Amino acid sequence: MKLVSRLKENWKFLMGWGLLLGSLSLVVMSFFALPIPRALWWLTGSLAAVGFAHYTFSQNLVVYVIKRILEAVFVIFVIASMTFLLLRVIPGGPFDTEKALPPEVIANIAAKYNLDAPLHRQYSDYMLGLLRGDLGESYKFLGRNVAQIVGEALPVSLQLGVYSLILAFMIGIPAGLFAASRHNSFADNATMILAISGVALPSFLIAPILIIVFAFWLNWFEVALWLGPEYYILPVVVLGTSPAAIIARLTRSSVLEVIRSDYIRTAKAKGLSHQVVLYKHVLKNSLIPVLTFSGPLVAGVLSGSFVVEQIFAIPGLGRHMVQSVTNRDYPLILGTTLVFSVMLVLANLVVDILYAYFDPRIKLS
Amino acid sequence: MSGMRSQEISAAMLVADGNKQQLGQGKSSQSLWAEGWRRYKKNRMAVISTYFVIFVSLVAIFAPWIAPYSFDEQHMDRILQSPSWTHWLGTDALGRDMLSRLIYGARMSMAVGVITALISLFIGTIYGCISGWMGGRVDSVMMRVVDILYSIPTLVLLILVKVIFDSVNLFTNPELRALTGILLALSVVGWVTLARVVRGQVMQVKEMAYVEAARALGSHSFAIVWRHVFPNILGPIIVLLTFQIPLNILFESFLSFIGLGLQPPFSSWGVMADDGWRSLRSFPHLMIAPGVAIFLTMLAFNLLGDGLRDAFDPQMRGR
Repeated sequence: MKLVSRLKENWKFLMGWGLLLGSLSLVVMSFFALPIPRALWWLTGSLAAVGFAHYTFSQNLVVYVIKRILEAVFVIFVIASMTFLLLRVIPGGPFDTEKALPPEVIANIAAKYNLDAPLHRQYSDYMLGLLRGDLGESYKFLGRNVAQIVGEALPVSLQLGVYSLILAFMIGIPAGLFAASRHNSFADNATMILAISGVALPSFLIAPILIIVFAFWLNWFEVALWLGPEYYILPVVVLGTSPAAIIARLTRSSVLEVIRSDYIRTAKAKGLSHQVVLYKHVLKNSLIPVLTFSGPLVAGVLSGSFVVEQIFAIPGLGRHMVQSVTNRDYPLILGTTLVFSVMLVLANLVVDILYAYFDPRIKLS
Repeated sequence: MSGMRSQEISAAMLVADGNKQQLGQGKSSQSLWAEGWRRYKKNRMAVISTYFVIFVSLVAIFAPWIAPYSFDEQHMDRILQSPSWTHWLGTDALGRDMLSRLIYGARMSMAVGVITALISLFIGTIYGCISGWMGGRVDSVMMRVVDILYSIPTLVLLILVKVIFDSVNLFTNPELRALTGILLALSVVGWVTLARVVRGQVMQVKEMAYVEAARALGSHSFAIVWRHVFPNILGPIIVLLTFQIPLNILFESFLSFIGLGLQPPFSSWGVMADDGWRSLRSFPHLMIAPGVAIFLTMLAFNLLGDGLRDAFDPQMRGR
């Protein structure tokens, strides 16, 4: 009986830890390429859903969330329409060959890909297909539809992006805090020079250096494909460097701002130790602005994944998009664009809600 | 990678750090510019970076006179050589002099970076000024357009725009044709962030007393924006420009590296990195040279931008 009442009191707390542990174990298990039990997915997913629902309802955010979702749908709809129409009206295509094809062949190809219908008809067919999750058929990979190809590539890109972001936060926040707590010292300057170098380093300079050292000389990691932890580390480090540097700089400037505020002076004045002030009061408050920039960070990681996937021959979405451009595989270009946009829109939505969650001063409306 | 919208982040830091638009508030702006300039000159890293940027620009402008060889001159008897006295940075797989390609690459990369940054600055400033100044429904519609463009990752949008422009052959000259796709794509994509930031700045300045005074004196909207608002947001705009140029250089090299940018035989740093990538194991110098060139240029531009921001944003003093 006592246990039940204690559970009732602390259920939010327990759920928070459960969610954290669940997602952490998902990340770790996927990183070590362990088989993930279905139950873990379901458990973490439902914890997240329940927590999110509770938060939205208790904060009266239902209208806001619905509005944001409708907006997101509208944005995706506009992107889909614009891209579809632009890619249909530009001249040339994958079926242009040196030798003119016989008209019967052209007619057959057009019929297969629904290119003989009037434009508005093609458009409405495509849009209705989108509603069913059908992204059309690839021009180049015969007999495979775009949804299948994207479905295979998406988990790979997600893994790459999530690991890189986690790495970036794990390095960037401590580095920024370290630099700020030793403001204007040698350590501060050195960290910041490292950070600004990290922002300026193009991935195709970091990658060869890491590859030569860790793969060719030390033989620790693999240099291509995406098959297990020894394949993951180099691309994740390369993709995570620049976000880590940006987070470090943001954290530092935000911490410096907070350190000067009145409530920190009060905390110090009442005799709290330096460590307690730094970790309990400063860090918590200074992470809020860092969180705001997670939106642009996600956008940056999505863009960066193109180069990293190219370098390490990772079969992700970016690589598919690059190849589909070379192949003029328009349905695949369209499909990957849409998936990228959906990821970015979702990430921004989540960041906005998290932002309000961590900073109650923010009112979402 | 750093495909990060770093200029946006810097700009946001600028706004977040409370750029209270001190320029033109009270003191005459002349002295504030002078004071900022004095502070800038004390920042040693920024000054060194300025010299470096000037150096790279000079190399870019005078490339044909400086480069020992032409960018597409092949020496088939001397392929894949290590650095030597005849070829300071060695030769690539087609026997082309790496130093010359690096110098011509500076020309292409800098031209692309500067031209596209200026074009997107022009579009973004006008768009942001209109949106911020008009406010209300016009503003929300204009910002909705920006939001939509913002929902596509930059590189994806760049690739899309480039696919579309490449299929429309505007020029017959191969050099122009190779460049137009990239130039148009980067310009079309780059203005979005700038428009957002400029709009935010305009909305701040709009509330200032001097703007109200000008309005009370019966000035036209256009005149107020041009004479009062624009000069007061010029500082942030210049800072944004110094972050936009390296970003565009980086995006050009990204595009070229993944094979969707400038096409051979033309040389840009991204094209060279892509070439070097193919023989990384045996000839790493082919990859390192353009990589270092991009790194140093990006670093210089970023330090320069930071220096400008710190010098002309009084709130940032002493950081």
